[in-house]
Amino acid sequence: MSTLEIRGLKVSVDTKEGTKPILRGVDLTIKSGETHAIMGPNGSGKSTLAYSLAGHPKYKVTDGSVTLDGQDVLAMKVDERARAGLFLAMQYPVEVPGVSVSNFLRTAKTAVAGEAPKLRTWIKEVKEAMDNLKMDPAFAERNVNEGFSGGEKKRHEILQMELLAPKFAILDETDSGLDIDALRVVSEGVNRAKAATGAGVLLITHYTRILRYIDADFVHVFVDGQIAEQGGPELADSLEAEGYDRFLAKA
Amino acid sequence: MNAAETLTTDHSKAVADGSHTHGTGPGFAIPAKSRAERPTSFEPADFPMPTGREEDWRFTPLARLGTALDDVPVDRTAEWSVNPIPAGVSITQIEGADAQLRAVRAPSDRAGAIASARAVRNLLLAVAPGTVVPRPVEIEIAGVGGAVRGHLTAEVGDGAEVTVILTYTGEVELSEFVSIEIAPRARVNLVIIDECASETVHLQDIVVRVGRDAHLRASLVTLGSGLARTNTSVMLSGEGAELDLFGLYFADSGQHIENRVFVDHIAPRCRSRVAFKGALAGQTARTVWIGDVLIRAAAEGTDTYELNRNLLLTEGARADSVPNLEIETGEIAGAGHASATGRFDDEQMFYLQSRGIPEDEARRMVVRGFFADLVRQIGVASVEQGLMRAIDRELGVAHE
Ligand SMILES: Nc1ncnc2c1ncn2[C@@H]1O[C@H](COP(=O)(O)OP(=O)(O)O)[C@@H](O)[C@H]1O
Ligand SMILES: [Mg+2]
Repeated sequence: MSTLEIRGLKVSVDTKEGTKPILRGVDLTIKSGETHAIMGPNGSGKSTLAYSLAGHPKYKVTDGSVTLDGQDVLAMKVDERARAGLFLAMQYPVEVPGVSVSNFLRTAKTAVAGEAPKLRTWIKEVKEAMDNLKMDPAFAERNVNEGFSGGEKKRHEILQMELLAPKFAILDETDSGLDIDALRVVSEGVNRAKAATGAGVLLITHYTRILRYIDADFVHVFVDGQIAEQGGPELADSLEAEGYDRFLAKA
Repeated sequence: MNAAETLTTDHSKAVADGSHTHGTGPGFAIPAKSRAERPTSFEPADFPMPTGREEDWRFTPLARLGTALDDVPVDRTAEWSVNPIPAGVSITQIEGADAQLRAVRAPSDRAGAIASARAVRNLLLAVAPGTVVPRPVEIEIAGVGGAVRGHLTAEVGDGAEVTVILTYTGEVELSEFVSIEIAPRARVNLVIIDECASETVHLQDIVVRVGRDAHLRASLVTLGSGLARTNTSVMLSGEGAELDLFGLYFADSGQHIENRVFVDHIAPRCRSRVAFKGALAGQTARTVWIGDVLIRAAAEGTDTYELNRNLLLTEGARADSVPNLEIETGEIAGAGHASATGRFDDEQMFYLQSRGIPEDEARRMVVRGFFADLVRQIGVASVEQGLMRAIDRELGVAHE
């Protein structure tokens, strides 16, 4: 049983106009096996939260703390966070020219696990995971995210979640840009990974649609760099009906 | 990668335009005259001592050339070693006058003219017509100090097929003129690797004539030498001739690596592809790439594309990139070029690191990835593998 604890997190981003505060004090505790949906309008700071947890250098933490089982996450380098068990499925996965998916996956697995996976079982594991996500085996030899469609990029992110088996996965708008079939396939991948590893999931989304496939235990409404309201799955239903206007008016 | 400066042009619809050049911004030269008019000669005196203002010398740090531009005798040679020479291939010593007679064209600058005029040894590598040489001819040229001048001649007969790998090592001030004749229908894969010590000055003036339906694949790899300057001129002079020219360089602090390419489309329906990629690491790392392509009036149906990409791994490094296309006929199949110099991409690093991959290894993956498509084009497995290891070593040096 692991715990990811975010306390009073304030984050700024450096822009040409100067430092811009975005997160204005975020408190959130996630335990293994729990799924927390973070829902909020565009520009509310959801990706900033995701990137800050992963340690993206553009985002400067000005206050607060993040701990994983008591360990100071903010003191860790990006790769150390991943090895500690954090995983970020990105809203906009990055192309890495000349690096094949298979090389990338094997290198990442080796780094996260601390040793190279046994070749034969690894190849089988990758193939099965790709089959499950309805990814063409030819993907393994393509360059990371290069020329991938939006849906292919998202499948590739979830493929990594399944193979790297993190303690906590942050999924940043994994649902956006997916058609209904792809959404189901990707959601099943998340559920599989969760069932297999008991990971805690932070599911960032703009729409409630993905919650039909992935059950959230908690729903947090994110507005203007803060959690404006929290509740159970029923909160998502009211958002579905009313949208974010209620919160935006208040903010 | 984040392209700080990108230029891409498609000339496939270009009309005849005798002096086609691009842009006037920094880094772009408007040649005083057509490439076709540049003088060539075996007589050093025909080339005045450069001042550094000349179009073809303006990027080169002349003060670091040693004695390479001095028309004086030298008495040193570099050490040659050749793997067992395959059947159908011969390497012999010839007279200087003979070497100059056989040359497909005279040198185009003072260094090349002096290299030939003062050559101590003139070697001729010949491949008999029709010979398909089963394994690469591997030649290692090791500098053992001093000033060395050389004239190397290669003649590949009609329909022959050969791979030649020239590897330069050691420390030397080496200036060479290289003439390569590729007869009709021959196929040549030429790999030149510079792994010389950092004190080395290495100048090469390479002139190639590619005959009808012949094919040249050439890869110029520059990892070593303090100052390396390579002029590569390829004349596509027989109908249907093809060129695939690749360049790969890695400059550390203190290194100046300069590649000047001239592709001369003389005959109709020839195809050329030029792709150079370089990485630069360190405050004073410096690279220059000049890509001149001339499509002459008779060269109808020409299909040409040239590309240069540079990856700046650290602050301070500087890459100059000057593509230049002259088109003298409107009847072309395609002509384009692209040039981009970009900083090392932090987003790629973040993506890899966010998967647990440590910084050093992530950097290695990104740089290997940058070069990977070019390396795969070399077509000699042992060279490709060796190069990837060499790139790793360069990264180790650059980030110690
Ligand atoms: N790298 C950045 N540079 C400048 N502004 C940024 C950057 N990242 C985020 N922002 C700004 O921060 C705010 C929150 O953005 P983001 O976290 O992407 O929101 P969301 O994911 O909820 O749509 C927006 O106003 C956005 O413009
Ligand atoms: Mg976002």
